[in-house]
Amino acid sequence: MDFALFVQYALSGITVGSVYAIVAIGFNIIYCTTGIINFAQGEFLIVGAMTAISLAEVAPLPVAILGAVLITTTLGAVVELVFIRQVRNASVLRLIIITIGLSIVMREVMLHIWDEQVRSLPYFTGTEVSTVTILGAHISPQVLWVLGVSAVIVAALTLFFRYTTTGRAMRACADDRMAACLCGVNDRWMVTLSFMLSAGIGALAGCVVSPITQTQYDMGAPLAIKGFTVAILGGMGNSMAAVAAGLFLGLLEAFVVSVLPSSYKEVAAIVVLLLILVFRPSGLFARRDVSALRAA
Amino acid sequence: MMRLRIYYPVLAAAALVVVLHVALAASGKTYYMTQITMSAYYALVVIGLCLLMGYAGQISLGHAGFFAIGGYTIAVLTTYDLGNWRETPAIGLLRSLGLLMQWQDMYGRDILSFSPWLAFAAAMLLAALIALAIGLPVIRLKGHYLAMATLGFGLIIYRIVLGARLLGQADGISNVPAFGLVGGLQVNGRAPFRVQNYYIAWFAVLAAMVLSLNLIHSRVGRALRSIHQSEEAAHSLGIDTYRYKLATFILSALFAAVGGALLTHYNGSIGPSEATVMKSVRYVAIVAVGGMANLWGAMLMGVLLNFLSLRGVFGSFDDAVFGAILIGVMILAPQGLLQVPRWRTATALLPRRKRA
Repeated sequence: MDFALFVQYALSGITVGSVYAIVAIGFNIIYCTTGIINFAQGEFLIVGAMTAISLAEVAPLPVAILGAVLITTTLGAVVELVFIRQVRNASVLRLIIITIGLSIVMREVMLHIWDEQVRSLPYFTGTEVSTVTILGAHISPQVLWVLGVSAVIVAALTLFFRYTTTGRAMRACADDRMAACLCGVNDRWMVTLSFMLSAGIGALAGCVVSPITQTQYDMGAPLAIKGFTVAILGGMGNSMAAVAAGLFLGLLEAFVVSVLPSSYKEVAAIVVLLLILVFRPSGLFARRDVSALRAA
Repeated sequence: MMRLRIYYPVLAAAALVVVLHVALAASGKTYYMTQITMSAYYALVVIGLCLLMGYAGQISLGHAGFFAIGGYTIAVLTTYDLGNWRETPAIGLLRSLGLLMQWQDMYGRDILSFSPWLAFAAAMLLAALIALAIGLPVIRLKGHYLAMATLGFGLIIYRIVLGARLLGQADGISNVPAFGLVGGLQVNGRAPFRVQNYYIAWFAVLAAMVLSLNLIHSRVGRALRSIHQSEEAAHSLGIDTYRYKLATFILSALFAAVGGALLTHYNGSIGPSEATVMKSVRYVAIVAVGGMANLWGAMLMGVLLNFLSLRGVFGSFDDAVFGAILIGVMILAPQGLLQVPRWRTATALLPRRKRA
C-alpha cells in the first residue's frame, strides 16, 4: 500500500469514525441522565437527514438543515414525553424493549414517508467530483465538512456541559439525581432535554454525512450498533473517550475493507463489540467507578 | 397427582387443535392449515425465548440467528450433492450405515445427500455448540449489554448467511427435500400432506410445552424464577445462577433451531430474511404480548400473531405493527395482553386465594 492510498483509507476511516463518535455521544447523553440505552439513536440520524433532503427541495440548504435539526429535536422531546416518561422506575428489560419498539416504528414510518429509495443531500461545497488533495490523497471537500462539524459539536457540547447552568444541572442529575433535585434542578426537564440534545446532534450528523454515505430508511440500526460499540469502547458516559474510540473503529473498518469483502465490514465492528463486552465492559480508558455500571 | 394438574391444559390444547381442524374442514378453509403449521414452528422459537426471557429474565435479540442456524444446516446438508464422491470409502461407509439419501430434485436430477435425520442431528449439535460458545461469555452480561451482545450475534449470522456462497447468499437455499419421519409421516409442504403436517407441527409445539412446563415446575424452574427476581438473593442461597442461565440459553436456542429445521423442510427452502434482526425483535415482541413469564400466552400469541402476519393481515405495516405492539404492551400492560392491569387491580381487592 503506497502512502497516498494509506492516507485515503485513513481519512475515510476518520470520517465514518467521527460520525460513530457523534452517535456514541448521543447514547452517552441519554444514558447519563436516565440510565437508558436508547436503541432508537440511529434512527434520529436518518430522520434528520431525510427531513433535510425533503426540505432542501423547497428551501436553501442551510435552512433545510436547520429545519431538520429543529424538527428532529422536537421529535426527541415527543419521544421522551409520550413514551419514556410514562414508565419511570421500570425494569431495564422493559425500557430496552420500548426503545427497540420505538426504533422499529420510526423506521417503518420513514419507509412509508420516504419509501425504500436511497437519497442524499447535495454536497455542501462543490459536487461529487470535486476533490481536495491532502498528502497525495484525493478526498471530497465533504469529508472536511464532516470532520469540521463533528469537531464543533464535540467542542460545543463540552462548553455547554462545563460552563452553562443548564449543562451543569444536567451533569448534576447524571451524578446524583436526588441531590440535584434538592438543589432545585428540575430532573424531568433534564431528561427531556437530554433526549432533545441527542436527537438534535444526531440529526446534524445525519445531514453532514448524507452526501457521502447516502441515506436510506433502514440505515439507523447498523449506525446504532456501531455507535454503541464506540460508546462501550470509550466507557459509557465518557464523551471525550468516545471520540477516540469512534476514530479507532472507523479506522479499523476502513482498513478491514482493504483486506476483506466489504459485506463483512460490519462483522468486524461487531466482533470488536463482543470482545470488548466480554473482556473490558468498562471500556478501554476505564475509570474505576464506571465499571460498576455493568451491573446497572 | 398434584403434578399432573399442570398438564391438563396440554390435553385441552390438543382437543382444541382437533376442533380447529374440524372447524376449518367444515368451513372449507383447510388452506389456512398451511399458515397455521408455519406459525406453529415459529411458536417453537417463542416458547424457547419465553423460557429465557420470562423465567430466567435474560433477553436475547439473536434468536432468529439460532432459527437460521437450524434451518440452514438442514438445508445445506440435505441438498449438497455428494455424487462426485460416491466411490470414496467414507461415503460408502455412511451409505451402508443408512445415513445418506438418494433422491431426485424438482428438476429430476439425482442427488446423493445426507439423510434428514443426520442433518437434523447435526443442526441440533451445531446450534447447541454455537449457543454454548456465545453463551459462555455473553450470559455473564446484564441488561443493555446482553441485549447488544445478542443483537451483535444475530447481525453476524445475518451477514454470514447473506455473504456465504455455500448458503446461497441473497437467494437462500431452495429444493430442500421432505423429512420422512416414522410410519409414512413426513414433514412436507405439498397440499396432500397438509393435514398430517398440521398435526406434526402441533405435536412438536405441545411436546415443547410439556417439556417447558415440566421444567418450570421443577427445582430448575424455581431456581430460574429466583434468579429473575433477585440474582444476588438466588446466588446467596447457593444457586449456581450462571450455570442455570447458560443452560436455559442453550435450551431456548435449541427450540429455535428445531423450529428452523422443521420449517425449512416444510417450506422446502430458507432465505436470509429468516435471520434478520427484525425477526428476532418479533419473537421478543410476541413473548412480551404473551406476558413474559407465561408459556401459554407466549404459545398462543406465537401462533396467532404469526398466522395473522403470514396471512398478510397487517399489509405493508407488518413490522410497524410488531414495533407498536412492543411499545404499547410494555407501557400499558407489562404483564401481557392476557392479563390486563385493570383486572389485576380488580382482583387485588378480593381476598387472596391461597397459592398451591
